[in-house]
Amino acid sequence: MGIRAISRRAACVLVVALLSCGVPSQDAPSGGNSTVTIAGSTSVMPFSEKLAEHFKIEQPRITVDVQAGGSSAGIQACINKTVDIGMSSRDLKGDELVLRAITICHDGIALIVHPRNPLKDISLEKIRDIYSGRIKNWKELGWKDRNIDCVTREEGSGTRGAFEELVMGKTEIHDSIMVQDSNGSVREVVATDPYAIGYISLGVVDSRVRALSVGGVAATRKNIQAKKYGIVRPFLYLTSGEPSASARLFIDFVLSKEGQRILKKEGLIPVNE
Amino acid sequence: MNKKFIDKENIIKFVLALFALSSLLFLFVIFVFILSEGLPLFYKAGVTNIVFGMKWAPTKASFGIFPMIISSFMVTFGALVVGAPLALACATYLSEYAGRKMKIFLKPSLELLAGIPSVVYGFLGVVYIVPIIREHLGGAGFSILSTSLVLGIMILPTITSISFDALMSVPAAYREGSLAMGATKWQTIYRVVLPAARSGILASFILGMGRAVGETMAVIMVAGNALKIPTSLLDPLRTLTSNIALELAYATGDHRRALFSTGVVLLVIIMSLNLVANFWVKARVSK
Repeated sequence: MGIRAISRRAACVLVVALLSCGVPSQDAPSGGNSTVTIAGSTSVMPFSEKLAEHFKIEQPRITVDVQAGGSSAGIQACINKTVDIGMSSRDLKGDELVLRAITICHDGIALIVHPRNPLKDISLEKIRDIYSGRIKNWKELGWKDRNIDCVTREEGSGTRGAFEELVMGKTEIHDSIMVQDSNGSVREVVATDPYAIGYISLGVVDSRVRALSVGGVAATRKNIQAKKYGIVRPFLYLTSGEPSASARLFIDFVLSKEGQRILKKEGLIPVNE
Repeated sequence: MNKKFIDKENIIKFVLALFALSSLLFLFVIFVFILSEGLPLFYKAGVTNIVFGMKWAPTKASFGIFPMIISSFMVTFGALVVGAPLALACATYLSEYAGRKMKIFLKPSLELLAGIPSVVYGFLGVVYIVPIIREHLGGAGFSILSTSLVLGIMILPTITSISFDALMSVPAAYREGSLAMGATKWQTIYRVVLPAARSGILASFILGMGRAVGETMAVIMVAGNALKIPTSLLDPLRTLTSNIALELAYATGDHRRALFSTGVVLLVIIMSLNLVANFWVKARVSK
């Protein structure tokens, strides 16, 4: 399907939407306007907002209100039924399992270095050693005698949470490691410092940094789909019991071809391909 | 007619007083807000565990901010080492040597320096100072050194303008007397004018420190934000202000309250600095 076909379809939808203004829409469940509230992970939020914008074109009577707050807050809000849908960038655990979780896509976390760095591959063990402060010098990884400028994310970040869980396990990230407060700033540090190493969401890796392969597996979308690359976290939508009709429509939209195409364009890994 | 006029005067006075008091109200509201959000954790986790705790892992119930308190003081001192001599020299030149034309040029440019947003200082620090330190001195470049340099420049205007006022308020008779005794101009400045303005100059240093402790954005950008107490000039560090700004976006529950507790500690430090500064100014005035 070409871009023109898509835009023609979008235009059709728009026209239909405009025409249906004023008369109760067939699609809107209660016949009137309704709002779906979504809250949770700040990693998922920007993508939910994008999806909500597109959804608004198809379903003008349903407003999707997206809020941040973090995965844990989103899960809690969903349990308390203060939101229709919760967003989480980590798996549920313990008491949280009462919620219904729908995986909307996956996101890989890539270890990045400066393009001048000769290191191509790193093992999970070595990553753990670097972040726990056991390996401090590039010499130990077969490069220059120079300190490693290691960067992590701040406490509470979903990306850090996933990194701790998937890579660090029980080991703690050392106090002497530098902290930046967004994917963008970590990338900025690594792009300007040849001796730096950091981790960011695979979707935001660009040409100024290089993603390392981990244990011989390159950090690519293909390897994630084939379940070869291990540092992957799910982006979840959560509902408490059966979702409301409007929430159901939004979730269906996100899982539809169109919704998954939007997520793929943003650098994420769609679920059903 | 006359009575009506007086009424109008009174109304204006009343309205202005009300507006003047509103700033006090804001201060009060901020106080109540920070204390009500920050104090419960002090009660729950214990004051010593927070203020003297070495480990900050708020999502795992460790709320120690001692390294950040130390780091805050370290960069503040560093900023003073960088900024104070420059600022004092500038103020001395302005008040004792500069002609009218030079003053017209220098004073506004200092005010301009004070008006540049802190994020711009931080940006320049990241783009120029950090890479230079990394290439020539080693380390990641994000360090006490880079932070002190950036903050030192930022507090220049504060220190300069206040110590300039202090120097200008030294009576002309002191200078004349000294010169009449045969002292040179430099001897006069060094032995008479500067000692006479001492308390005002100290107050300017302390207010400059207050500015450095409170600075956030520029510090986040150049400090590296690591949690450890730095052991060398090239080590990264995290200050109290940057701790709050870094983590607020994702914080919930006790983590959020811990950030407010950081705010309480910061408030106490800045208030004490201001109190001390006011004390010095008062001492000068009463002399």
